[in-house]
Amino acid sequence: MKRNDIVDVLIIGSGAAGAAVAWSLTETKMRILCLEQGDWMKNSEFPSTGRDWEARRFADFDISPNRRRRDTDYPINDDASVMKIANFNGVGGGTVFYTAHWPRLHPSDFKVKSLDGVADDWPIDYWTLEKFFEENDRMMGVSGLEGDPGVPPRHPPMPPIPLGKTGTAYGKAMNKLGWHWWPSDVTVATTEYEGRAACVNIGHCTPGCAHGAKASTDITYWPLAIRAGVELRPRCRVREITTNEHGMASGAIYYDPDGKECFQPAEMVIVACNGVGTPRLLLNSKSGKFPNGLANSSDQVGRNLMLHPWPQVRGYVEEFVDGDRGPMTSIWSKQFYETDPNRDFARGYTLQFARGTGPVNEALQSVSVDQVPWGQGHHAAYRERLYHRLQVGIACDDLPEAHNRVTLDPERKDSHGIPGAKIDYTIGENTRRMMEHGIARATDILQAAGAKHLYTSRTILNSPGHMLGTARMGTDPDRSVVNPWGRCHDVKNLFIVDGSVWVTGGGVNPTSTIQAVALYIADQIKQRLATLFD
Amino acid sequence: MRNDPEPPLSPAEERDLRRVAAMMVPASTEYDVPGADDPTIFADIVKSLGRDLGDVRRALGALRESVGGAFADADASRAEVAAAALRDAGGAPRAAIERAILQCYYRDDRVLRSLNIEPRPPFPKGHVLEQGDWSLLDVVKKRPKMWRDAPR
Ligand SMILES: Cc1cc2nc3c(=O)[nH]c(=O)nc-3n(C[C@H](O)[C@H](O)[C@H](O)COP(=O)(O)OP(=O)(O)OC[C@H]3O[C@@H](n4cnc5c(N)ncnc54)[C@H](O)[C@@H]3O)c2cc1C
Ligand code: SF4
Repeated sequence: MKRNDIVDVLIIGSGAAGAAVAWSLTETKMRILCLEQGDWMKNSEFPSTGRDWEARRFADFDISPNRRRRDTDYPINDDASVMKIANFNGVGGGTVFYTAHWPRLHPSDFKVKSLDGVADDWPIDYWTLEKFFEENDRMMGVSGLEGDPGVPPRHPPMPPIPLGKTGTAYGKAMNKLGWHWWPSDVTVATTEYEGRAACVNIGHCTPGCAHGAKASTDITYWPLAIRAGVELRPRCRVREITTNEHGMASGAIYYDPDGKECFQPAEMVIVACNGVGTPRLLLNSKSGKFPNGLANSSDQVGRNLMLHPWPQVRGYVEEFVDGDRGPMTSIWSKQFYETDPNRDFARGYTLQFARGTGPVNEALQSVSVDQVPWGQGHHAAYRERLYHRLQVGIACDDLPEAHNRVTLDPERKDSHGIPGAKIDYTIGENTRRMMEHGIARATDILQAAGAKHLYTSRTILNSPGHMLGTARMGTDPDRSVVNPWGRCHDVKNLFIVDGSVWVTGGGVNPTSTIQAVALYIADQIKQRLATLFD
Repeated sequence: MRNDPEPPLSPAEERDLRRVAAMMVPASTEYDVPGADDPTIFADIVKSLGRDLGDVRRALGALRESVGGAFADADASRAEVAAAALRDAGGAPRAAIERAILQCYYRDDRVLRSLNIEPRPPFPKGHVLEQGDWSLLDVVKKRPKMWRDAPR
């Protein structure tokens, strides 16, 4: 096996968290290497550059790795899960594909046990993370409007995306009901920003912005980190993290782009493979000293998976709205976010208002549920729907349950023969009640907007691509995998920085908070350098 | 992860698929659009089956079984009953055959023009998104703080 020169820091995974940590650690002048199993993306190859742009979202740009089947993907057996897994494996990770909706967890999300008597408190709080949220907003480039009474103060550096026809229709409906709404924070540039062009409303932020207006970490953090000396090696898939006789991480075995097995020694290892990839890697890193997988003496690795159930309700208004002719996200509502003792569930949800969808997707979705028929009635029914759609998503808080978990699937292997991941996930009773409450409110909103032909999709179709909680943070080594600053309880030079460390899920898209936590852990590493492994 | 090798559709399967395309999206003089069995659109459908080929084949197999022979030659009422059964069965075969047909139909130049859509990729021109009515937000701005703080 080829043995490389030792590095100070080995980061595995170049997505949202890996990129932020790499950039933050550059000021230490340590030798930093990131191994990423996927490729660099090329703007010119994104679907929106061709006439088959909608079809490619069901092919090489599908959000499911099992359908996309690039050789850089790994199989995820989600047959035993009501929620399906969406991700992307490449430089930038899930941020290449994400929709760029950019809410933060709320202060209450960090203290659900103290406030509401459910699940566990995080060992850190919102205010500890606040400066990292702000730093990350500047680094990623956020557009939004200050002054939202629904969330703590934040300072988006760019103005919000236009409301458009769709946002205006939602705004009128929400005002009729007297409910809170606000233009969403998004990591879509509305002005030129740090070398990024302003959005021209291509409308297909998922699966990748050909114009470079959407902040994925391959165009935000990575160019800066690389300029500051970090080495990023794409198409290098890590098979296992190795340990030495002292039980410390000694590096990783990976396959290089030619498929050759290599050993990369490192003084410290930082895992950033996301809430499914990280437990997969730890469980694949079994050894005599760590027979249940690395950092897993608590048996918590892979458990407490949270995926954010996300029902959607759609309906159709008489007037033309924007459809897919603008960024997909438009506004949010925090009306039902915080716990209300008058409801039959704890915690709450964000309502996320979508702009619409394109001609193929409208046809597929409407025909598949018999709203647009086969045969003569097809054209009239389709024309009542295309560019008339309003759609409200319900981003439900997801609380940890030990049986919701990631394990290994020895049957389904990736292109290097490494076992894939298996997902077992059910939706808890509290979340089910929350979903039904949200569906009823979304229905109220669409009716207030005058929408007809309402349709509710509960789970199967809605894969938000959020994977959280599978190596959670805590003070008790029997109940958590990492300590309050991201270091594994069992292995003192092994850190986890991605969404795996989340304690509870909150009712928001997670990436802003994932990166704030990653920057916080990087800051802790910098502050504790002298005694880091004690 | 590799794609399973799947042989292309046979001429008989193609004939059956063309019948399905015509049934799903028929030509319309009212809207001045071709059907999905139009030669250009259908050639695109066959060429673009990709990952759906296996499930499309399964859907065609189910249709053939329902009518007891070539679906392309079945009389109209039997074909309708078989198509309804395929839709009721749902699952991957239905999803695949609908995706295969609709993803090509709704990118045809003539169809897009009939919908007042310029037949071009979204990049690089993009679209114009109007600002909308920001005055609607004035009432929301006046609301008191809604988020809960938490013990630090
Ligand atoms: C379709 C879609 C839409 C989304 N929309 C939003 C949104 O609007 N807002 C939002 O906040 N979030 C959104 N998300 C979620 C967002 O993408 C994730 O929260 C975020 O990317 C997670 O960051 P991460 O660092 O934990 O992992 P990732 O970004 O997933 O990065 C992990 C990286 O690790 C690499 N890796 C894994 N295993 C290995 C290995 N063994 N060896 C080498 N490399 C490895 C992977 O290839 C990947 O690049 C969306 C996701 C999807 C898929
Ligand atoms: S809408 Fe804007 S951000 Fe989204 S893909 Fe188009 S140009 Fe990029």
